[in-house]
Amino acid sequence: MHVPDGFLDAPTSVATGVVAAGVVGASLVRAARHELDERTAPLAGLVAVFVFAAQMVNFPVGAGTSGHLLGAALAAVLVGPATATLCLTVVLAVQAFLFADGGVTALGTNVLLMGVVGVWVGYGVARGALALLPRKLSSIPVAAAAGALVSVPVAALSFTGLYALGGAAPIPLGALAGTMVGWHLLIGVGEAVITFLAVTSIVAARPDLVHVARGRLPALELRIPEVVA
Amino acid sequence: MSGTTDRPRISTRRLVGVGLAVCLVIAGIVSFYASSHPDGLEYVASSLGFESVARDSATAGSPLADYSVRGVSDGRLAGGLAGVVGAVVVGLLMFGLVRIIGRRRGSAARP
Repeated sequence: MHVPDGFLDAPTSVATGVVAAGVVGASLVRAARHELDERTAPLAGLVAVFVFAAQMVNFPVGAGTSGHLLGAALAAVLVGPATATLCLTVVLAVQAFLFADGGVTALGTNVLLMGVVGVWVGYGVARGALALLPRKLSSIPVAAAAGALVSVPVAALSFTGLYALGGAAPIPLGALAGTMVGWHLLIGVGEAVITFLAVTSIVAARPDLVHVARGRLPALELRIPEVVA
Repeated sequence: MSGTTDRPRISTRRLVGVGLAVCLVIAGIVSFYASSHPDGLEYVASSLGFESVARDSATAGSPLADYSVRGVSDGRLAGGLAGVVGAVVVGLLMFGLVRIIGRRRGSAARP
């Protein structure tokens, strides 16, 4: 879903750039205060590299179209939403500057769509699903997959919204919204499968590092022996 | 919540090591087999007729543009090299960033 230069006009690109920069700044603060510590920080590095690698592997979704992982919900569930925004921002910046994948003037747009909308929608849906699912570790990959499934079409719909504000060429917005959401719902299915598998492996190996598992691991609760007076 | 213990089953170092190795295989080898069809947005843009408003990126002249390596003619090698370079750069940036954040946090936590 990498938006190239030219799809959105300059004022819209500047506006998304400013908003994205603000959110990334806030994410740095939030990640430092609430999400990252010495124990979980290495997982954030791994998640960013995985998102980059997985985004290289486009999978076919039929009729001459393909899609690839966004990784927003996956990252948010594993390392927390603010850290996920940082991961996606690093990936999108490297893609834009080294590989000419996604425009440079569109970097703010892409950070906003994938690194902010995708992350928070994926995280919100996953959190909602976790509230409904049994309090078991095996619920976490299912919730992450639900977040992944929803995050992709919502990010696609958000692109349509930005295009409505500052699209460079006049096209019927209803058709744009319909085709964007339709195709990205299919891509979302692939997103959900990959997210489920990746989250399953981390939850199996080290559930104690998983952000949404905090407070769900009885083995890690503090057990303070009663002091006999 | 069964199956969890106080001691991690594998160390963080090992998890990250194995994970990064998997990532290098995906970026360096598996990526060659990726679908070359246009992605969802490109497909929609061409079917609705607005793909032509896209401009070449300012970085289109990068030696790694479009996940290739200038001067390497073998597509499999060029794509794999580009993937590995990208994964390493992303890793350096993100591991560096979390380290800086963690260090600042550590110093702030101590009064």
